Amino acid sequence: MEWLQSIGDYFYNLLIAQERYMTILKGLGNTLVIAAAAAVIGITLGMLVAMIKYFCQGRKAFRPLEWLCNVYVTAIRGTPVMVQLFIWSLVILTSWTNALPIACIGFGFNSGAYVAEIIRAGIAAIDPGQEEASRSLGLSKAATMRYIIMPQAIKNILPALGNEFIVLLKETSVAGYIAVNDLTRAGSIIKTVTYDGNIYFVIALIYLAMVMGLTKLLKLLERRLAKSDKG
Amino acid sequence: MKKVLKALALLMAAVLVLACFAGCSGQSGLDQIKEKGELVMLTNAAFPPFEYVENDEVVGVDIDIANEIAKELGVKLTVQNMEFDLIVDYIKAGKGDMGAAGMTVTDERKQQVDFSVEYITSTQYVIVPAGTDTETFELDGKVIGVQEGTTGDVYYADDPDVIKAKEVKKYKSAIDAAADMLLGRVDCVIIDELPAKKITAQNEGKMICYDPGYEPESYAIAVQKGNTELLEVINTVLQRLMDEGKIQEYVINHS
Repeated sequence: MEWLQSIGDYFYNLLIAQERYMTILKGLGNTLVIAAAAAVIGITLGMLVAMIKYFCQGRKAFRPLEWLCNVYVTAIRGTPVMVQLFIWSLVILTSWTNALPIACIGFGFNSGAYVAEIIRAGIAAIDPGQEEASRSLGLSKAATMRYIIMPQAIKNILPALGNEFIVLLKETSVAGYIAVNDLTRAGSIIKTVTYDGNIYFVIALIYLAMVMGLTKLLKLLERRLAKSDKG
Repeated sequence: MKKVLKALALLMAAVLVLACFAGCSGQSGLDQIKEKGELVMLTNAAFPPFEYVENDEVVGVDIDIANEIAKELGVKLTVQNMEFDLIVDYIKAGKGDMGAAGMTVTDERKQQVDFSVEYITSTQYVIVPAGTDTETFELDGKVIGVQEGTTGDVYYADDPDVIKAKEVKKYKSAIDAAADMLLGRVDCVIIDELPAKKITAQNEGKMICYDPGYEPESYAIAVQKGNTELLEVINTVLQRLMDEGKIQEYVINHS
């Protein structure tokens, strides 16, 4: 029984003593806020960029707009998110004193570039014949996108999009460097007092649980969308 | 190729425009602090006894001092726990009113921020594994662990004129460095006297610390350049605390 007692003491010291669970819970809260806000910003920006690219294709007047989107995607995908966060924090949004919204914007803009490419790829995977048929039946370009292409493309997009959000959730673990006390940093804070690296196992388990929950949710959504395929 | 160059030029222009915005960065004068109703203090809570985490709260000597300053201003104190090597940048950018992190006054830091009166002196200590003979321990040729951006890093371990280290490993806190020393990844750790004593006390029997005899240095509180109003209040409070012997009292309380 003594070993049971010592295991109990160990976990008490690791998680409960000195309200350490509160540090973890607050960190978890911040991680969730960043991931959720970044996902919303990412989808909005990504959709916008993908649509601009689609509708501007081959129209000379919209060239600069299309080009701007390309620069955005290239710059974001070509640089590490950590460096982008430092730039947001120390160069662009210097007057913002709260680091949490900076992290939301940093990760949101980062995610947006990837989402844009995912949506573009999903649209490109639809047979061009679909668009030609739709247009020859008299539907406008916008209506074609809304009623013909998007409903089919979404099934290609969703799994990749889910993947992107899983990556995003885990990537937020670098937010600690710009003074956000996220889940990973909560682990570091506890470790500076306990000198015990095992706290990272606990942190890892929490991330794993979140990702598994997210995966499950996406599976459900995919199954729901696949219903129409069976007719 | 031309297209790519054009794109790069535009990107640079965009960055420059944004940098201009940064130029008009946040100010934290006395009026703004009172308007906000809070004094934002930046620190790195891995530097006991000056700042450390207890019961999910940052406590320590610097927090006690900051509380007195906040009380003097009639506002609430907010403590932002962040990485040490970014504190000066954040103060410079106005993301926080003052930096109190057991920060040594150096010429380089003075060029970036304004410092208050010095409120405590400290020297650099060396932490070594228990059983090491500190009389004969030579720092030259060793793998040394430091906290990134601290004086122990910049002016001692990383300065070949002072110590000819074999390798300098930079950690996010001296505690991380000390933990790695126990795993045999570094030979010793250089950090300020009081944190060194606290860290070794928490790891009794595993590590010891000693004074290698370097020049003493002084801690002060950093504020954004030109924020003399806040600096005056900080100086008044610090002077009063020193006169009353309160700072020594805080140190004893947290050691």
